[in-house]
Amino acid sequence: MSGPRADAEIPAGPVGPSRPSRPSRQQLVRTGGRAGGILAVLAILAVFPQVLQNATVTTIAVDTLVFAAAAVAWNIFSGYSGYISLGHAVFFGAGAYTVGIAARAWQLTGDAVFGLLPLAAAVAAGLAVPLGLIALRVRRHTFVVITIAFFFIAQLTATNLSVTGGSSGILAPSPNWDAATFNDPFYYTALALLVVTTAMSWLIRGSRFGLQLRAIRDDEDRAAGLGVRAMPVKLAAFVISAIVTGMAGGLWFYFIGQAIPQFAFDPLFDLSVVVMAFFGGLGTISGPLLGALIIEPGQQWLTLQYTNEYLSEILLGALFLVVILGLPRGVIPTGAEKIAMLRARLRSARQEAAADGPERPAGDPQRPAGDPARQAGDPAREAGR
Amino acid sequence: MARQIYEAITDGILGGGVYALMAVGLTLIFGVLDIINIAQGILVVLGAYLSYVLSVHLHIDLFVGLLVTVPVMFVIGVAIQWLFIRPLRGRDRASMSLLACYAVALIIEGILYRVFGPNYVVLNASYITSSVHLFGFYLPDIYLYGFALAVACVAALYLLLYRTRFGRSVRATMQNQTAARLIGIDVNRVAAVTFGIGVAVTAVGGMMFGATSGGFNPNSGYDLISRLLAIIILGGLGSIGGALAAAVFMTTAEALVDIWSPDWAVVVFYVALVLVLTLRPSGLFGRSPVRAQ
Amino acid sequence: MTAMLRAEGVSKAFGGVQALRDCTVEVEQGSIAGLIGPNGSGKTTLFNIVTGYERVDDGDVYLGDRKITNLLPQRVFALGIGRTFQLTRIFPRLTVMENMLVAAQHTGSGRTRNPLARAGGRADRRRATELLEFAGIAGHSDALADTLSYGQRKLLELSYVLVADPAIVLLDEPAGGVNPSLIQQLADRIRELNAAGKTFLIVEHNMDFVMGLCGHVTVLDYGTVVAAGPPQIIRSDPRVLDAYLGIAEEDDGAAAG
Repeated sequence: MSGPRADAEIPAGPVGPSRPSRPSRQQLVRTGGRAGGILAVLAILAVFPQVLQNATVTTIAVDTLVFAAAAVAWNIFSGYSGYISLGHAVFFGAGAYTVGIAARAWQLTGDAVFGLLPLAAAVAAGLAVPLGLIALRVRRHTFVVITIAFFFIAQLTATNLSVTGGSSGILAPSPNWDAATFNDPFYYTALALLVVTTAMSWLIRGSRFGLQLRAIRDDEDRAAGLGVRAMPVKLAAFVISAIVTGMAGGLWFYFIGQAIPQFAFDPLFDLSVVVMAFFGGLGTISGPLLGALIIEPGQQWLTLQYTNEYLSEILLGALFLVVILGLPRGVIPTGAEKIAMLRARLRSARQEAAADGPERPAGDPQRPAGDPARQAGDPAREAGR
Repeated sequence: MARQIYEAITDGILGGGVYALMAVGLTLIFGVLDIINIAQGILVVLGAYLSYVLSVHLHIDLFVGLLVTVPVMFVIGVAIQWLFIRPLRGRDRASMSLLACYAVALIIEGILYRVFGPNYVVLNASYITSSVHLFGFYLPDIYLYGFALAVACVAALYLLLYRTRFGRSVRATMQNQTAARLIGIDVNRVAAVTFGIGVAVTAVGGMMFGATSGGFNPNSGYDLISRLLAIIILGGLGSIGGALAAAVFMTTAEALVDIWSPDWAVVVFYVALVLVLTLRPSGLFGRSPVRAQ
Repeated sequence: MTAMLRAEGVSKAFGGVQALRDCTVEVEQGSIAGLIGPNGSGKTTLFNIVTGYERVDDGDVYLGDRKITNLLPQRVFALGIGRTFQLTRIFPRLTVMENMLVAAQHTGSGRTRNPLARAGGRADRRRATELLEFAGIAGHSDALADTLSYGQRKLLELSYVLVADPAIVLLDEPAGGVNPSLIQQLADRIRELNAAGKTFLIVEHNMDFVMGLCGHVTVLDYGTVVAAGPPQIIRSDPRVLDAYLGIAEEDDGAAAG
């Protein structure tokens, strides 16, 4: 007899059935369904530009994919560790300028420029290590501010140095691809980056490394006391997220065609990424993706509709306030919870109906309807996907 | 050369007084509410625009106009805290508050752009261009008035904190919110009023900033907030004396570096910040962290 | 015979307050030892010093023959001293099983060097499940630790400390704020673990709990040891009654035997 959460009743044995060692049929169906769903989405994304030959749409799509990758990358560090970084634009801009300077120095054009992305990654990593070592020693409040300081240093440095072109920036080599499919190479590169990053996020979350990160997020000192080596773990996440952000920046530079200090190092970049991650669900895998897929096209569309770009600033800020005040955990965890509650309600309604009759409906799961601990467990797992 | 140095130092100290005022407001907010009000920079700009409107459209003197702008900014501060900060709950409250302030800053910046446009504006008054001849230097009147005002404000704040009952409530809340609640202090009210005060000082800072910056627009907020953040972290979060010292130190250092290279002078702020934090993470006057539990 | 855990002549001051003053406490191997005293007597400070969360001003801490004074908490943990906190510390946004796995990675089979391996191998999970079953909360294995009740959280904290199989466990007010039937279960579990070889040092205010469970009790008052010995002796020691004024009246009837 398991009733509602009664705190004092500790029976001699375990409360519910122990975890089965083989996945139940229900779980297999769910995993299969999920994998199928992911493949379907990937297939759609892959043929998207071929089917829809609209340049405006694919431009927005490239932009969205780049930001989505950046958001997922940001989440790998800030979402999992709880250290909010408002300075990731440093890596974005560094990637942009790296590709720009290298392309100019080595006279690269066309497809070869894409080959510079690993270089952007390396530069971003090279920056992330010292910056991380400095910034990750302080507690979270100060950390945010240091990332902001780094951001401003980066922006100022780019404006003052001549190798970065000062305030006029650098121009990207102009590829001479067919106008009709001009966006395609960018699209597919961005898509590849996003897929790899999301896979990495998923891999990390289920791994020992990810567990340590999330433990740090909840109680860093206790985790450290249990043997988690906080600095290497945090730094590793920081560097990984910097690498992807740097590549995103390099790609974006080539796509946009130029890098100017105030856009390569744009304060709105970090806020956009943060809003996307929060909106979708901080610390989840699909959260930042969802956030980017909804918010970025929205932003772009607004800029096109109303040439006055300041409106998007106001709306972004307002959206963020709405999210953190109304939907603090983000769409995905809140949504998952609502779905789980709905399912539980349906289940209990079904059981009530069955209780009137002599037989239980076939395939009825073992879980009693009124066990809140189990229900709370469900969204926890959903949220982790 | 020596003359330039003396000038830089006096400029630094005088200018530092004004930055100190804004920074003190920021660190006060942190001390009591444990949040970093990232919007402080744009609020200063808002204060400057308010002074601008009063001065240009209503022909009210800048200093007299403060009688209007200070209460207005106070109300705005209270509103921000009440509407967007107070409802936040949960473990990540501190980070969320900071992000909420960031969002508010963006909204205000956007509104300022829409209302005033991106063009630079300047605050004008006779005493901005006139100066006093002292010890062989020309000290601009506006700086002297501003410095005096800053000193007066900090003194007023000090009196408020240490000589009034409300100030005692604020200090109690700073030290231990739960205990303060238990002895009957209305912590919500203290939080709201403190935030209001912290923002109200931006009215003064804004007017000074507008008068001495040589031109500002909504984008000026970024530069301001980054300096203010550097100042309060350098001085130690929550330390009012530290904010004062750091403000004067930073502006003086910048003025000195400016003699050699104006471009890199600004970077001094941040480099100093990074250096200090590498060597002493809690800032100059912050408490050094005990081995945490 | 060398005591298993010994704090010798430990002194610690916080600002003007002398929390511990030349304090010496010993815990014999295989015993369940109690540490009692009025509020402010320095019990938690002593715990913090032993487990590395505070540095001593003076004195030393020994684990067997080995000096462990001022070692960092993770070193102390690795040496086999586990500890729970007065304000229960769990990882609220991790599941109960994940809470267990955080501590598991540095023990025995969790030693693989690959950080990207799935968190918690089969052996780790099996051991974690055993401990959760022992504590009676295995059914909540997949629930977020946040959803556990107060008593369940205490059990979780104890369980994950046990994951590392520490030789000695320091419990800081394990019965605090917990209802009587759970307290009984807790005491039973501690006895079982003790019978299997674990040593315990328990800080508690609940006299029945301490006197019924512990074989040896040390009493602190204002940072110094005022008495140490078996519970029956301690209960009637005038110095202890003096330190504990209010409780002495309650115990008068029982101690008069």
